[in-house]
Amino acid sequence: MPLSVQETEIKNPPVSRPPLDPHLKALENEAIHIFREVAAEFENPVMLYSIGKDSSVLLHLARKAFFPGRVPFPLLHVDTTWKFKEMIAFRDKVAEDYDLDLVVHSNVRGRQENITPFTHGSSFYTDVMKTEALRQALDAGGYDAAFGGARRDEEASRAKERIYSFRTPDHKWDPRNQRPELWNVYNGMIRKGESVRAFPLSNWTEVDIWRYIQAENIPLVPLYYAAERPYVERDGMMILAEDERLELLPGEEIKHGSIRFRTLGCFPLTGAIRSTASNLEEVIAELEIATVSERQGRAIDRDQSGSMEKKKREGYF
Amino acid sequence: MSVTATSTAASATILPFAESAAKITRDVRPLRLITCGSVDDGKSTLIGRLLWDTKAVKEDQAVTLARDSGGQNDLGLPDFALLLDGLQAEREQGITIDVAYRYFSTEKRSFIVADTPGHEQYTRNMATGASTADLAILLADARVGLLEQTRRHATIASLMGIRQFVLAVNKFDLVNYDREIFDRISHEFREFALSLGVRQITAIPMSALKGENVVYPATSTMPWYEGPTLVDALELATTRSTQTGGFRLPVQRVSRPGESFRGYQGTVAGGSIKPGDSVVILPSGTIANVKQIVTFDLVRNAAVAGDAITLVLDRQVDVARGDVIASLDGQPMTGVSFEAQMVALQPGGIEPGKRYWLKSGSRRQRVAVEPISQLDLQSGSWAPHASGLDMNAIGKVRLSFEEQAVFDTYEQNRSTGAFILIDPDTLNTVAGGMITAKRGELGGIRRGEPVQGDRVILSLPADLAELLMATDAFAARRDDVDIRRVSGAEAAQILTSGDKDR
Ligand SMILES: Nc1nc2c(ncn2[C@@H]2O[C@H](COP(=O)(O)OP(=O)(O)OP(=O)(O)O)[C@@H](O)[C@H]2O)c(=O)[nH]1
Ligand SMILES: [Mg+2]
Repeated sequence: MPLSVQETEIKNPPVSRPPLDPHLKALENEAIHIFREVAAEFENPVMLYSIGKDSSVLLHLARKAFFPGRVPFPLLHVDTTWKFKEMIAFRDKVAEDYDLDLVVHSNVRGRQENITPFTHGSSFYTDVMKTEALRQALDAGGYDAAFGGARRDEEASRAKERIYSFRTPDHKWDPRNQRPELWNVYNGMIRKGESVRAFPLSNWTEVDIWRYIQAENIPLVPLYYAAERPYVERDGMMILAEDERLELLPGEEIKHGSIRFRTLGCFPLTGAIRSTASNLEEVIAELEIATVSERQGRAIDRDQSGSMEKKKREGYF
Repeated sequence: MSVTATSTAASATILPFAESAAKITRDVRPLRLITCGSVDDGKSTLIGRLLWDTKAVKEDQAVTLARDSGGQNDLGLPDFALLLDGLQAEREQGITIDVAYRYFSTEKRSFIVADTPGHEQYTRNMATGASTADLAILLADARVGLLEQTRRHATIASLMGIRQFVLAVNKFDLVNYDREIFDRISHEFREFALSLGVRQITAIPMSALKGENVVYPATSTMPWYEGPTLVDALELATTRSTQTGGFRLPVQRVSRPGESFRGYQGTVAGGSIKPGDSVVILPSGTIANVKQIVTFDLVRNAAVAGDAITLVLDRQVDVARGDVIASLDGQPMTGVSFEAQMVALQPGGIEPGKRYWLKSGSRRQRVAVEPISQLDLQSGSWAPHASGLDMNAIGKVRLSFEEQAVFDTYEQNRSTGAFILIDPDTLNTVAGGMITAKRGELGGIRRGEPVQGDRVILSLPADLAELLMATDAFAARRDDVDIRRVSGAEAAQILTSGDKDR
């Protein structure tokens, strides 16, 4: 006779909240469906965890999908070694609190050759420390499926990507030849060495992400909320000046102001915005009247139109 | 603003969305829609313009758009299609290759749009977009009218269960806003759509590029048109509900976190369920009762279609991934032989007799496919066809399984009635299919092979034909009945010659 769920041992028991609005509920249901389908069809899945708001939502949904069981796959963080310090602290706490298997990978070659965003330019640096590192980590783990938190509303080439996005053995994406994807019937059949990137948040927008974080009370890295912080202005971006590795260039000076981040990545490549939105309600209010997109703050997306597609073809998430 | 069904150009709507919207309160769930139609008719431009006019394009994206457009069109407007055509190959060739998903909202509701390619070679990507849509915007170039590809897309959309169509007669700025052109094309389309069984049609003359009748009405250039703008029509459309009908839970995985707990995880594909309900596990036929519905947000006292849940039963039974847990009354069909309609999606087509993988819900099993007939897009009729289906062909097929399969008809359930075929050699998805019946239990005049001679042919005056085609009764029997439109004089002629024969 099976026992009821209350009798099983559950870490971090859920708390009762008001029901989600139908729009968010539909998005949540779709994401949970994808999580379960991938977990059931693939032998060795992994979840890419980048510590940002989308990853936080993704992780929350994974916990919901497999409740009352544990999340049945590891989380992989590709650490470029240039992340905000608060991100790393947050990552370690989350892994501990939620009883997760966390795998951290950095590109050893890149570190040995001392490839930094300052010395090698954002594009080459990203190639080595993110894209190449990711390929190394996926190969090392022998993963046949990798969950990512990408959303179609982020960028024009992402808007074209399937929920199950097929990759060749060398992690290449062929956008001209994607498998048809009808209804919610996903084709998870692959050969040895091939893999699938699965995107449970495909149909979410930035506003959906924030509204869901609010409704579900999901913890985030504090950098998303405005506070007085030191920064320097460089290439039209405000760069956080908290890391001792940031060297001031001639003419630059450290300023202070109330700033926050709409997206989080490597600190030298992520621009802050001026804001006084210090809590969720204020962040959402600000977002609803925002006139620029979130990716404007990312140096790597601004290089040229089509730069994201190129990176994605090479295996970037 | 209101939509009325009149016989003037004010609206070519036969059954306006407004009719259903007036009965129930406005549907606030996000509406999923596609754009489709032939190549270059302006689908991407239209959605780009829609995003632009609903302020879904942010400043930095507008700057990028202006830079990438290079201002090549004579109106000095940005190339709105670039907001959708995000792949480099698409930008180089100026066509859409794969479907783009975009999100926007008005004050009244939110929308998920799939902008699909018009090019015949990429029909599979159009089918991808159509499979989940509630409404299709079918574009036609006002200078050209309906093409074979327009008909193909409309047919696929209707086979995939889309019941609401907007016909966007586009590029009206290039035809001097000539009302007669609108009347002619919308009339032609209405006839065609009726033959597909689609009755909710709103035809709108527009210029996607200039944004006329998209979000803003074109009162100065098209004063003769009094119908809704595109956005008006979209706000009134309805989303599909699968909450009626029997309970269906295709089991995705069995959750066993400890010895004491066993739950069946999946997304409710139809109906609803509550603790205490009796269910049957298919295909085995075992019966059990629901003990609990478990979700992360505490134990629930009911779940409905669309909910992702974990079901706990009151006894130890054998349930595996791929099984369907269903309500005792109104069970799905179980058997080894079914009939379906399908669209072939890949260059290799569909080979008769070949063993494919079929995936439906969470179940994957071997199947042999035998074509029965194929749709002729020109005439709209099904012709007997036992050889392979070429890429983009729409066919009726017989499916033979080695093990028991579980389905509803697609008409009854868009989830448990749908399937994909996977080629065991390439592992690619080669067809999308919709179950129409279980073999051996085909009733009515559809017994046996559906050959053309079995169809009842009705020759009627055009106005009567149209009235009849707009009825539910006809929609349900459109495979059995062929309606020929004739003039009153011709009809009288047929009658007298028929009398003579007797
Ligand atoms: N004058 C005029 N030109 C238009 C209008 N709508 C679209 N066009 C032009 O028609 C051409 C094709 O437009 P697209 O939006 O790319 O067509 P499409 O239907 O998306 O094409 P595919 O996706 O490749 O099938 C472009 O040059 C547009 O600028 C319109 O209303 N008026
Ligand atoms: Mg297009």
